[in-house]
Amino acid sequence: MEQTTLPPALAEIRDDFLALGVRDRLQLLLEFSNELPALPERYADHPDLLERVEECQSPVFIFVEVADGVVHLFATAPAESPTTRGFASILVQGLAGLSVQEVLDIPADYPQSLGLAEAVSPLRVRGMTGMLARTKRQLRERVAA
Amino acid sequence: MSAEFDSAAKFAEYAHPERLVSTAWLAEHLGEPGLVVVESDEDVLLYETGHIPGAVKIDWHTDLNDPVVRDYVDAEQFAALLGSKGIARDTTVVVYGDKNNWWAAYALWVFTLFGHEDVRLLDGGRDLWIAEGRELTTDASDVTPVEYPVVERDDRAVRAFKDDVLAHLGNPLIDVRSPEEYTGERTTAPAYPEEGALRAGHIPTAASVPWARAAAGDGTFKSRAELDAIYRDEVGLADGDDIVAYCRIGERSSHTWFVLQHLLGFENVRNYDGSWTEWGSAVRVPIVTGAERGEVPGR
Repeated sequence: MEQTTLPPALAEIRDDFLALGVRDRLQLLLEFSNELPALPERYADHPDLLERVEECQSPVFIFVEVADGVVHLFATAPAESPTTRGFASILVQGLAGLSVQEVLDIPADYPQSLGLAEAVSPLRVRGMTGMLARTKRQLRERVAA
Repeated sequence: MSAEFDSAAKFAEYAHPERLVSTAWLAEHLGEPGLVVVESDEDVLLYETGHIPGAVKIDWHTDLNDPVVRDYVDAEQFAALLGSKGIARDTTVVVYGDKNNWWAAYALWVFTLFGHEDVRLLDGGRDLWIAEGRELTTDASDVTPVEYPVVERDDRAVRAFKDDVLAHLGNPLIDVRSPEEYTGERTTAPAYPEEGALRAGHIPTAASVPWARAAAGDGTFKSRAELDAIYRDEVGLADGDDIVAYCRIGERSSHTWFVLQHLLGFENVRNYDGSWTEWGSAVRVPIVTGAERGEVPGR
Protein backbone atom coordinates (compact mmCIF):
# COMPACT_ATOMS: atom_id res chain seq x y z
CA MET A 1 0.00 0.00 0.00
CA GLU A 2 1.28 3.49 -0.81
CA GLN A 3 1.21 5.16 2.55
CA THR A 4 1.74 8.59 1.03
CA THR A 5 -1.75 8.59 -0.48
CA LEU A 6 -3.55 7.55 2.69
CA PRO A 7 -5.45 10.46 4.29
CA PRO A 8 -4.26 11.26 7.84
CA ALA A 9 -7.47 10.18 9.62
CA LEU A 10 -7.44 6.76 7.97
CA ALA A 11 -3.73 6.37 8.68
CA GLU A 12 -4.33 7.22 12.33
CA ILE A 13 -7.15 4.70 12.62
CA ARG A 14 -4.94 2.05 11.08
CA ASP A 15 -2.05 2.85 13.42
CA ASP A 16 -4.40 2.75 16.42
CA PHE A 17 -5.56 -0.73 15.50
CA LEU A 18 -2.07 -2.03 14.77
CA ALA A 19 -0.77 -0.73 18.09
CA LEU A 20 -3.16 -3.09 19.93
CA GLY A 21 -3.21 -6.82 20.57
CA VAL A 22 -5.86 -8.93 18.84
CA ARG A 23 -8.35 -8.84 21.71
CA ASP A 24 -8.11 -5.08 22.14
CA ARG A 25 -8.60 -4.54 18.42
CA LEU A 26 -12.02 -6.08 18.87
CA GLN A 27 -12.75 -3.62 21.69
CA LEU A 28 -11.65 -0.70 19.54
CA LEU A 29 -13.94 -1.90 16.77
CA LEU A 30 -16.75 -1.99 19.32
CA GLU A 31 -16.00 1.63 20.24
CA PHE A 32 -16.25 2.62 16.60
CA SER A 33 -19.49 0.70 16.41
CA ASN A 34 -20.94 2.72 19.28
CA GLU A 35 -19.84 5.96 17.64
CA LEU A 36 -21.67 5.45 14.34
CA PRO A 37 -23.89 8.53 14.10
CA ALA A 38 -27.60 8.16 13.47
CA LEU A 39 -28.81 9.01 9.99
CA PRO A 40 -29.86 12.61 9.37
CA GLU A 41 -33.61 12.88 9.09
CA ARG A 42 -33.61 13.40 5.35
CA TYR A 43 -32.27 9.87 4.92
CA ALA A 44 -33.97 8.27 7.89
CA ASP A 45 -37.26 9.07 6.18
CA HIS A 46 -36.06 7.88 2.77
CA PRO A 47 -34.65 4.39 3.02
CA ASP A 48 -35.02 4.17 -0.78
CA LEU A 49 -32.07 6.55 -1.20
CA LEU A 50 -29.74 4.21 0.61
CA GLU A 51 -27.79 1.44 -1.05
CA ARG A 52 -27.55 -1.97 0.55
CA VAL A 53 -24.04 -3.37 0.90
CA GLU A 54 -24.55 -6.93 -0.30
CA GLU A 55 -21.07 -8.06 0.72
CA CYS A 56 -22.08 -7.76 4.36
CA GLN A 57 -24.15 -10.50 5.95
CA SER A 58 -25.95 -7.91 8.04
CA PRO A 59 -28.22 -5.31 6.53
CA VAL A 60 -26.11 -2.18 6.16
CA PHE A 61 -27.02 0.74 3.96
CA ILE A 62 -24.86 3.61 2.77
CA PHE A 63 -25.34 6.91 1.03
CA VAL A 64 -22.66 9.30 -0.23
CA GLU A 65 -23.18 13.03 -0.49
CA VAL A 66 -20.87 15.65 -2.02
CA ALA A 67 -21.24 19.24 -0.83
CA ASP A 68 -18.80 21.96 -1.97
CA GLY A 69 -16.39 19.30 -3.10
CA VAL A 70 -16.37 17.59 0.30
CA VAL A 71 -17.52 14.00 0.75
CA HIS A 72 -20.01 12.92 3.42
CA LEU A 73 -20.69 9.24 3.96
CA PHE A 74 -23.84 8.17 5.79
CA ALA A 75 -24.40 4.64 6.95
CA THR A 76 -26.88 2.70 9.02
CA ALA A 77 -26.83 -0.83 10.39
CA PRO A 78 -28.79 -2.44 13.21
CA ALA A 79 -27.50 -2.54 16.77
CA GLU A 80 -27.48 -6.34 16.49
CA SER A 81 -24.67 -6.03 13.93
CA PRO A 82 -21.91 -4.29 15.87
CA THR A 83 -19.11 -5.51 13.60
CA THR A 84 -20.77 -4.11 10.52
CA ARG A 85 -21.53 -0.87 12.35
CA GLY A 86 -17.87 -0.69 13.37
CA PHE A 87 -16.72 -1.05 9.76
CA ALA A 88 -19.13 1.65 8.63
CA SER A 89 -18.08 3.93 11.46
CA ILE A 90 -14.40 3.63 10.54
CA LEU A 91 -15.20 4.76 7.01
CA VAL A 92 -17.54 7.54 8.14
CA GLN A 93 -14.87 8.96 10.45
CA GLY A 94 -11.95 8.27 8.12
CA LEU A 95 -13.59 9.89 5.11
CA ALA A 96 -14.92 12.96 6.91
CA GLY A 97 -13.85 16.16 5.20
CA LEU A 98 -12.03 14.50 2.30
CA SER A 99 -12.30 15.65 -1.29
CA VAL A 100 -13.76 13.41 -3.97
CA GLN A 101 -10.34 12.64 -5.40
CA GLU A 102 -8.90 11.83 -1.98
CA VAL A 103 -11.64 9.28 -1.39
CA LEU A 104 -11.22 7.75 -4.85
CA ASP A 105 -7.49 7.43 -4.13
CA ILE A 106 -7.96 5.39 -0.95
CA PRO A 107 -6.34 2.02 -1.60
CA ALA A 108 -9.00 -0.65 -2.12
CA ASP A 109 -7.18 -2.89 0.35
CA TYR A 110 -7.27 -0.39 3.21
CA PRO A 111 -9.60 -2.67 5.26
CA GLN A 112 -7.01 -5.43 5.06
CA SER A 113 -4.38 -3.14 6.59
CA LEU A 114 -6.14 -2.77 9.96
CA GLY A 115 -4.96 -6.07 11.37
CA LEU A 116 -8.50 -7.34 11.82
CA ALA A 117 -8.17 -10.60 9.89
CA GLU A 118 -7.20 -12.52 13.01
CA ALA A 119 -9.65 -10.79 15.33
CA VAL A 120 -12.64 -10.80 13.04
CA SER A 121 -11.75 -13.19 10.17
CA PRO A 122 -10.85 -12.28 6.56
CA LEU A 123 -14.36 -13.17 5.38
CA ARG A 124 -15.93 -10.54 7.61
CA VAL A 125 -13.34 -7.92 6.68
CA ARG A 126 -14.53 -8.38 3.11
CA GLY A 127 -17.75 -6.64 4.13
CA MET A 128 -15.79 -3.46 4.77
CA THR A 129 -13.99 -3.83 1.45
CA GLY A 130 -17.40 -3.96 -0.23
CA MET A 131 -18.51 -0.87 1.66
CA LEU A 132 -15.48 1.10 0.51
CA ALA A 133 -15.89 -0.06 -3.10
CA ARG A 134 -19.55 0.94 -3.15
CA THR A 135 -18.75 4.30 -1.60
CA LYS A 136 -16.28 5.00 -4.39
CA ARG A 137 -18.71 3.84 -7.05
CA GLN A 138 -21.45 6.11 -5.70
CA LEU A 139 -18.97 8.98 -5.68
CA ARG A 140 -18.08 8.43 -9.31
CA GLU A 141 -21.77 8.44 -10.17
CA ARG A 142 -22.37 11.68 -8.22
CA VAL A 143 -19.43 13.38 -9.90
CA ALA A 144 -20.46 12.21 -13.37
CA ALA A 145 -24.06 13.32 -12.90
CA MET B 1 -21.47 -34.26 36.05
CA SER B 2 -24.39 -33.07 34.00
CA ALA B 3 -27.17 -30.66 34.80
CA GLU B 4 -30.71 -31.95 35.13
CA PHE B 5 -32.87 -31.96 32.02
CA ASP B 6 -35.55 -29.43 31.28
CA SER B 7 -38.85 -31.21 31.70
CA ALA B 8 -40.92 -28.62 29.81
CA ALA B 9 -43.98 -30.18 28.19
CA LYS B 10 -43.17 -28.76 24.77
CA PHE B 11 -39.79 -30.49 24.74
CA ALA B 12 -41.25 -33.83 25.80
CA GLU B 13 -42.88 -34.05 22.36
CA TYR B 14 -39.49 -34.07 20.64
CA ALA B 15 -37.44 -37.19 20.03
CA HIS B 16 -34.59 -35.93 22.21
CA PRO B 17 -35.97 -33.45 24.77
CA GLU B 18 -32.62 -33.44 26.53
CA ARG B 19 -31.17 -31.36 23.71
CA LEU B 20 -33.13 -28.22 24.60
CA VAL B 21 -33.51 -25.95 27.58
CA SER B 22 -35.92 -23.05 28.00
CA THR B 23 -34.95 -19.54 28.99
CA ALA B 24 -36.71 -20.09 32.34
CA TRP B 25 -34.67 -23.25 32.96
CA LEU B 26 -31.45 -21.46 32.14
CA ALA B 27 -32.24 -18.49 34.36
CA GLU B 28 -32.82 -20.92 37.20
CA HIS B 29 -29.65 -22.96 36.61
CA LEU B 30 -27.17 -20.18 35.79
CA GLY B 31 -23.97 -20.51 37.76
CA GLU B 32 -24.46 -24.16 38.66
CA PRO B 33 -21.29 -26.20 38.74
CA GLY B 34 -20.96 -28.46 35.73
CA LEU B 35 -22.86 -26.08 33.45
CA VAL B 36 -21.20 -23.71 30.97
CA VAL B 37 -23.22 -21.35 28.79
CA VAL B 38 -21.74 -20.57 25.37
CA GLU B 39 -22.80 -17.69 23.13
CA SER B 40 -22.19 -18.18 19.42
CA ASP B 41 -23.33 -15.47 17.01
CA GLU B 42 -23.03 -14.48 13.42
CA ASP B 43 -21.57 -11.16 14.52
CA VAL B 44 -18.23 -11.57 16.26
CA LEU B 45 -18.81 -8.48 18.44
CA LEU B 46 -22.38 -9.07 19.56
CA TYR B 47 -21.31 -10.94 22.71
CA GLU B 48 -19.26 -7.90 23.75
CA THR B 49 -22.33 -5.66 23.61
CA GLY B 50 -23.94 -7.74 26.35
CA HIS B 51 -24.28 -11.45 27.10
CA ILE B 52 -25.97 -13.78 29.55
CA PRO B 53 -24.15 -13.49 32.89
CA GLY B 54 -21.30 -15.98 33.06
CA ALA B 55 -21.56 -17.00 29.41
CA VAL B 56 -18.39 -17.50 27.36
CA LYS B 57 -18.05 -16.73 23.66
CA ILE B 58 -17.13 -19.15 20.93
CA ASP B 59 -16.93 -17.65 17.46
CA TRP B 60 -17.65 -19.92 14.50
CA HIS B 61 -15.01 -18.29 12.37
CA THR B 62 -12.11 -17.42 14.61
CA ASP B 63 -12.50 -20.34 17.05
CA LEU B 64 -14.06 -23.29 15.23
CA ASN B 65 -12.66 -23.00 11.70
CA ASP B 66 -9.07 -23.81 10.86
CA PRO B 67 -7.47 -20.52 9.79
CA VAL B 68 -5.76 -22.02 6.73
CA VAL B 69 -7.43 -25.20 5.48
CA ARG B 70 -11.17 -25.17 4.85
CA ASP B 71 -11.94 -27.47 7.76
CA TYR B 72 -12.69 -27.37 11.45
CA VAL B 73 -10.05 -27.12 14.14
CA ASP B 74 -8.26 -30.33 15.03
CA ALA B 75 -8.38 -32.32 18.26
CA GLU B 76 -5.59 -30.37 19.99
CA GLN B 77 -7.06 -27.00 19.03
CA PHE B 78 -10.55 -28.03 20.12
CA ALA B 79 -9.25 -29.31 23.45
CA ALA B 80 -7.33 -26.09 24.03
CA LEU B 81 -10.36 -23.97 23.11
CA LEU B 82 -12.81 -25.80 25.37
CA GLY B 83 -10.36 -26.04 28.25
CA SER B 84 -9.75 -22.29 28.04
CA LYS B 85 -13.53 -21.72 28.29
CA GLY B 86 -13.81 -23.81 31.44
CA ILE B 87 -15.49 -26.71 29.66
CA ALA B 88 -14.55 -30.25 30.70
CA ARG B 89 -15.53 -33.40 28.81
CA ASP B 90 -18.48 -34.04 31.15
CA THR B 91 -19.66 -30.43 31.33
CA THR B 92 -23.23 -29.63 30.32
CA VAL B 93 -22.93 -27.02 27.58
CA VAL B 94 -25.89 -24.81 26.69
CA VAL B 95 -25.36 -22.88 23.47
CA TYR B 96 -27.36 -19.83 22.46
CA GLY B 97 -27.00 -17.19 19.79
CA ASP B 98 -28.56 -14.68 17.47
CA LYS B 99 -30.77 -15.29 14.43
CA ASN B 100 -32.88 -18.20 15.69
CA ASN B 101 -29.78 -19.95 17.03
CA TRP B 102 -28.41 -20.32 13.53
CA TRP B 103 -24.77 -20.09 14.63
CA ALA B 104 -25.45 -21.72 17.96
CA ALA B 105 -26.65 -24.80 16.11
CA TYR B 106 -23.50 -24.69 14.01
CA ALA B 107 -21.35 -24.64 17.14
CA LEU B 108 -23.40 -27.49 18.63
CA TRP B 109 -22.85 -29.49 15.45
CA VAL B 110 -19.07 -28.95 15.65
CA PHE B 111 -19.14 -30.03 19.32
CA THR B 112 -20.91 -33.17 18.08
CA LEU B 113 -18.09 -33.90 15.62
CA PHE B 114 -15.82 -34.13 18.64
CA GLY B 115 -18.29 -36.29 20.51
CA HIS B 116 -19.03 -33.86 23.32
CA GLU B 117 -21.98 -35.63 24.82
CA ASP B 118 -24.06 -33.13 26.74
CA VAL B 119 -24.54 -30.12 24.51
CA ARG B 120 -27.92 -28.39 24.34
CA LEU B 121 -29.51 -25.38 22.70
CA LEU B 122 -31.33 -22.58 24.47
CA ASP B 123 -34.76 -22.61 22.80
CA GLY B 124 -35.36 -19.12 21.42
CA GLY B 125 -31.73 -18.11 21.74
CA ARG B 126 -30.42 -14.66 22.44
CA ASP B 127 -33.42 -12.81 21.05
CA LEU B 128 -35.97 -14.52 23.29
CA TRP B 129 -33.76 -14.04 26.36
CA ILE B 130 -33.66 -10.32 25.59
CA ALA B 131 -37.34 -10.10 24.64
CA GLU B 132 -38.25 -11.53 28.02
CA GLY B 133 -36.25 -8.79 29.70
CA ARG B 134 -33.75 -11.18 31.22
CA GLU B 135 -30.38 -10.01 32.43
CA LEU B 136 -27.48 -9.21 30.11
CA THR B 137 -24.08 -8.00 31.20
CA THR B 138 -20.90 -6.69 29.64
CA ASP B 139 -18.90 -7.91 32.65
CA ALA B 140 -16.16 -10.33 31.77
CA SER B 141 -17.10 -13.88 32.74
CA ASP B 142 -15.08 -15.48 35.46
CA VAL B 143 -13.57 -18.56 33.82
CA THR B 144 -11.37 -21.16 35.44
CA PRO B 145 -9.52 -23.03 32.71
CA VAL B 146 -9.78 -26.81 32.91
CA GLU B 147 -8.29 -29.79 31.10
CA TYR B 148 -10.24 -30.97 28.09
CA PRO B 149 -9.02 -34.25 26.63
CA VAL B 150 -7.65 -34.42 23.10
CA VAL B 151 -10.36 -36.34 21.28
CA GLU B 152 -10.14 -36.95 17.53
CA ARG B 153 -12.96 -35.57 15.46
CA ASP B 154 -15.24 -38.18 13.95
CA ASP B 155 -16.47 -36.89 10.60
CA ARG B 156 -18.35 -40.04 9.62
CA ALA B 157 -21.62 -39.85 11.48
CA VAL B 158 -22.93 -36.32 11.02
CA ARG B 159 -20.71 -34.77 8.34
CA ALA B 160 -20.92 -35.34 4.59
CA PHE B 161 -18.28 -34.47 2.00
CA LYS B 162 -18.84 -33.82 -1.69
CA ASP B 163 -18.11 -37.41 -2.73
CA ASP B 164 -20.49 -38.64 -0.04
CA VAL B 165 -23.20 -36.47 -1.52
CA LEU B 166 -22.53 -37.75 -5.05
CA ALA B 167 -22.88 -41.29 -3.75
CA HIS B 168 -25.95 -40.26 -1.78
CA LEU B 169 -27.97 -39.02 -4.80
CA GLY B 170 -31.29 -40.80 -4.85
CA ASN B 171 -31.64 -40.44 -1.08
CA PRO B 172 -33.28 -37.44 0.57
CA LEU B 173 -31.47 -34.11 0.34
CA ILE B 174 -32.67 -30.92 1.99
CA ASP B 175 -31.60 -27.56 0.57
CA VAL B 176 -32.16 -25.04 3.35
CA ARG B 177 -31.19 -21.89 1.43
CA SER B 178 -33.60 -19.20 0.27
CA PRO B 179 -35.90 -19.99 -2.68
CA GLU B 180 -33.87 -17.62 -4.89
CA GLU B 181 -30.68 -19.49 -4.18
CA TYR B 182 -32.46 -22.80 -4.78
CA THR B 183 -33.86 -21.92 -8.19
CA GLY B 184 -30.60 -20.34 -9.31
CA GLU B 185 -31.80 -16.76 -9.75
CA ARG B 186 -29.21 -14.13 -9.24
CA THR B 187 -30.29 -11.59 -6.69
CA THR B 188 -27.26 -9.30 -6.79
CA ALA B 189 -26.58 -6.80 -9.57
CA PRO B 190 -24.22 -8.07 -12.25
CA ALA B 191 -21.50 -5.48 -11.54
CA TYR B 192 -21.12 -6.58 -7.94
CA PRO B 193 -18.81 -9.29 -6.82
CA GLU B 194 -20.66 -12.31 -5.50
CA GLU B 195 -18.58 -14.37 -3.17
CA GLY B 196 -18.92 -18.08 -3.21
CA ALA B 197 -19.99 -20.09 -6.16
CA LEU B 198 -19.51 -20.04 -9.91
CA ARG B 199 -22.83 -21.71 -10.72
CA ALA B 200 -26.31 -21.26 -9.29
CA GLY B 201 -29.07 -23.77 -8.63
CA HIS B 202 -29.39 -26.83 -6.42
CA ILE B 203 -28.22 -30.42 -6.08
CA PRO B 204 -30.52 -32.73 -8.12
CA THR B 205 -33.52 -34.08 -6.16
CA ALA B 206 -32.95 -31.75 -3.19
CA ALA B 207 -36.13 -30.51 -1.55
CA SER B 208 -36.28 -26.81 -0.76
CA VAL B 209 -37.02 -26.15 2.90
CA PRO B 210 -35.56 -22.81 4.00
CA TRP B 211 -34.04 -23.40 7.43
CA ALA B 212 -35.99 -20.71 9.24
CA ARG B 213 -39.26 -22.51 8.55
CA ALA B 214 -38.37 -24.65 11.57
CA ALA B 215 -38.47 -21.57 13.79
CA ALA B 216 -41.51 -19.87 15.27
CA GLY B 217 -41.89 -16.09 15.36
CA ASP B 218 -40.12 -15.76 18.71
CA GLY B 219 -37.09 -17.76 17.56
CA THR B 220 -38.06 -20.95 19.39
CA PHE B 221 -38.41 -24.21 17.51
CA LYS B 222 -41.83 -25.00 16.15
CA SER B 223 -43.77 -27.74 17.89
CA ARG B 224 -43.25 -31.39 17.07
CA ALA B 225 -46.53 -31.51 15.14
CA GLU B 226 -45.64 -28.45 13.07
CA LEU B 227 -42.19 -29.83 12.27
CA ASP B 228 -43.62 -33.22 11.32
CA ALA B 229 -46.04 -31.47 8.98
CA ILE B 230 -43.14 -29.81 7.17
CA TYR B 231 -40.50 -32.51 7.03
CA ARG B 232 -42.58 -35.70 6.97
CA ASP B 233 -45.86 -34.73 5.31
CA GLU B 234 -44.67 -32.04 2.94
CA VAL B 235 -41.13 -33.16 2.07
CA GLY B 236 -41.81 -36.86 2.46
CA LEU B 237 -39.05 -37.84 4.88
CA ALA B 238 -39.69 -41.20 6.54
CA ASP B 239 -38.16 -43.18 9.41
CA GLY B 240 -34.98 -44.92 8.36
CA ASP B 241 -34.13 -42.34 5.71
CA ASP B 242 -30.54 -41.40 5.16
CA ILE B 243 -30.65 -37.59 4.89
CA VAL B 244 -28.15 -34.90 3.91
CA ALA B 245 -28.79 -31.18 4.50
CA TYR B 246 -26.82 -28.36 2.94
CA CYS B 247 -26.82 -24.60 2.50
CA ARG B 248 -24.01 -22.25 1.48
CA ILE B 249 -21.27 -23.09 3.96
CA GLY B 250 -23.03 -25.48 6.30
CA GLU B 251 -24.25 -23.09 8.99
CA ARG B 252 -27.95 -22.78 8.21
CA SER B 253 -28.07 -26.52 7.52
CA SER B 254 -26.67 -27.19 11.01
CA HIS B 255 -29.93 -25.75 12.28
CA THR B 256 -31.93 -28.13 10.07
CA TRP B 257 -29.62 -30.99 11.02
CA PHE B 258 -30.46 -30.30 14.67
CA VAL B 259 -34.17 -30.33 13.91
CA LEU B 260 -34.05 -33.59 11.97
CA GLN B 261 -31.68 -35.42 14.27
CA HIS B 262 -32.65 -34.23 17.72
CA LEU B 263 -36.20 -32.95 17.48
CA LEU B 264 -37.66 -35.37 14.92
CA GLY B 265 -35.41 -38.31 15.72
CA PHE B 266 -34.04 -39.25 12.30
CA GLU B 267 -30.99 -41.34 13.03
CA ASN B 268 -28.95 -40.84 9.87
CA VAL B 269 -28.66 -37.14 9.18
CA ARG B 270 -25.51 -35.53 7.88
CA ASN B 271 -24.62 -31.92 7.28
CA TYR B 272 -22.75 -31.22 4.03
CA ASP B 273 -20.65 -28.26 5.17
CA GLY B 274 -18.94 -27.84 1.82
CA SER B 275 -22.44 -26.94 0.68
CA TRP B 276 -23.11 -24.64 -2.25
CA THR B 277 -19.81 -22.77 -2.07
CA GLU B 278 -18.16 -26.09 -2.92
CA TRP B 279 -20.81 -27.78 -5.06
CA GLY B 280 -21.53 -24.64 -7.11
CA SER B 281 -17.86 -24.33 -8.04
CA ALA B 282 -16.94 -27.99 -8.43
CA VAL B 283 -16.27 -29.28 -11.96
CA ARG B 284 -18.87 -31.54 -13.57
CA VAL B 285 -21.14 -32.13 -10.61
CA PRO B 286 -24.82 -32.20 -11.62
CA ILE B 287 -26.91 -29.09 -10.95
CA VAL B 288 -30.60 -28.39 -11.41
CA THR B 289 -32.07 -24.91 -11.86
CA GLY B 290 -35.66 -23.83 -11.36
CA ALA B 291 -38.23 -24.72 -8.75
CA GLU B 292 -38.41 -28.46 -9.52
CA ARG B 293 -36.30 -30.91 -7.55
CA GLY B 294 -34.99 -32.60 -10.69
CA GLU B 295 -33.94 -36.18 -11.38
CA VAL B 296 -31.00 -38.28 -10.28
CA PRO B 297 -28.58 -38.10 -13.21
CA GLY B 298 -27.64 -41.36 -14.94
CA ARG B 299 -24.25 -42.73 -13.99
